[in-house]
Amino acid sequence: MAGTTLPGRLIWQVATVTDVRDETPRARTLVLDVPQWPGHRAGQHVDVRLVAEDGYQAQRSYSIASAPGDTSVALTIERIDNAEVSPYLCDVLHAGDGLEVRGPIGGYFVWDIAQGGPLFLVAGGSGIVPLMAMLRHYARATAADRASIPVRLLYSSRDWDDVIYRKELERLAELPNVDVRFTLTRAAPAGWNGFRRRIDRAMLEQVAGPASDMPRVFVCGPTPLVESVSAVLVELGHDPSRVRTERFGPTG
Amino acid sequence: MADKPFIARGFHSHRAAAPAGRLPPGQYETRDFPVLSAGPTPRTPLATWDFVIRDSAGHSVRWSWDELHALPRDTPTVDIHCVTKWSKFDTRWEGVSIDTLLDGARAAGVRVGGYVLAFCDGGYTTNLPIADVTGAKAWVAFGYDGVPLPPEHGGPARMLVPHLYFWKSAKWVRGLQLLDRDQPGFWEQLGYHDRGDPWREQRYQGD
Amino acid sequence: MRTEEMRLDGNAAAGTLRELFARDVTAAIATCAGCGAEGPIGRLLEYGNGMGVILRCPSCETAVLRVVRTPRWLRVDASGLSLLAIPESVVIS
Repeated sequence: MAGTTLPGRLIWQVATVTDVRDETPRARTLVLDVPQWPGHRAGQHVDVRLVAEDGYQAQRSYSIASAPGDTSVALTIERIDNAEVSPYLCDVLHAGDGLEVRGPIGGYFVWDIAQGGPLFLVAGGSGIVPLMAMLRHYARATAADRASIPVRLLYSSRDWDDVIYRKELERLAELPNVDVRFTLTRAAPAGWNGFRRRIDRAMLEQVAGPASDMPRVFVCGPTPLVESVSAVLVELGHDPSRVRTERFGPTG
Repeated sequence: MADKPFIARGFHSHRAAAPAGRLPPGQYETRDFPVLSAGPTPRTPLATWDFVIRDSAGHSVRWSWDELHALPRDTPTVDIHCVTKWSKFDTRWEGVSIDTLLDGARAAGVRVGGYVLAFCDGGYTTNLPIADVTGAKAWVAFGYDGVPLPPEHGGPARMLVPHLYFWKSAKWVRGLQLLDRDQPGFWEQLGYHDRGDPWREQRYQGD
Repeated sequence: MRTEEMRLDGNAAAGTLRELFARDVTAAIATCAGCGAEGPIGRLLEYGNGMGVILRCPSCETAVLRVVRTPRWLRVDASGLSLLAIPESVVIS
């Protein structure tokens, strides 16, 4: 259903958690029912606000994992030890609870089929979340649309158990025109013959495809990864205006 | 009519409870030392670093890195309080008291007024009443926890004014502009308090 | 933990900027008053750390936009922004 975004206020609303599911030992997906959700674009996020009884407040942003067009909103949260918000969202919140959110937010780090490709996605850790919304959006496109848009994903994780959406990504990799590469930085399973190091120039030269293809590039994850990857891609000849970045800060 | 905020079930700050009386209102103790910076980390070579105190008539005095280190120094152990609500107890510093530096400034003919504006590499500024940087309350600190102050925490040198919210302890400080009238600095222009006493919860203008 | 590891970008400021502008501006093109560089708000570097929003030019580090919410005011310093070009509405499909 096509529509136009209307200018207007972005308001805080209380969403209801309808489902929680563990993706990895460290990451959990929350499925939310948000009143009057207007729909979203792949790559957008919501802000989440937690207010305690004593008035203490904490606010964070979380990327939307679900594909545009879904009526519910899925957020995937990576639990960071001793942090303030993610342990609450991962350990305490359960189905039936309310959660204050506002969104959808964003207009730069977004991708729709209509923008075309090729598409090169680079994720570190929980940086996969907004890129997954893009991939899920892609998977729902017509075969004809997908045929004209090759997609490559390079996804860096600590180890194989930390790969969020692993099975779904392996299925997506079976689509014609979709290439998924994992790199593991701390430990790999027996028999692993994929990459075994942090993303570097040699890996990007191998995986990114030629700059002359002019892919739309989206890089998301910890700030150091995002900055080094985007700098290398520009060195490799990619047009900086086609390399879009979203930094998640020191962790992520 | 104000809306009642939605209270998140079971959410409370995880930060540790602290001994009564030691935490200013609205603060929580942390054992970390969070890094908050309003801009990228400056890198000034010590060979060119200096600390300047100047007045509005154009009189000034400067100390090189070596000259600063030749001055008598203190090793204060203090609690620090960030306006973002974390407090850290018993932080150990090394530096030169602002009293010592102001004495040197007066001796050089620089006129001390009612206010100072600390200025820093990277352009950060913060304003303080003179009474809040004198009387053994403030330092130019270049050591933290027994080692040279790391760049992410303001090294080579920063202000240390622990009785006020920590945004007043300007990182990468390079000098003090002495003023007769208060002049808001980087955060104060945007609405943070001109003085910033955590015990009176002076977070914002008008508090 | 260094500042450069912690900084975010204009995407993180998008929610606050929605309080100022009636629509998302992360794709809007900002011209830096310090050096004249142009680029999307999403590419500005964000250093607010919970005290406010500080968006800096990736070329010259000038603070292009600063926003702080206090109980009584939402204060905006746009002196580092010499021009802002906001694209027209987007189609959601």
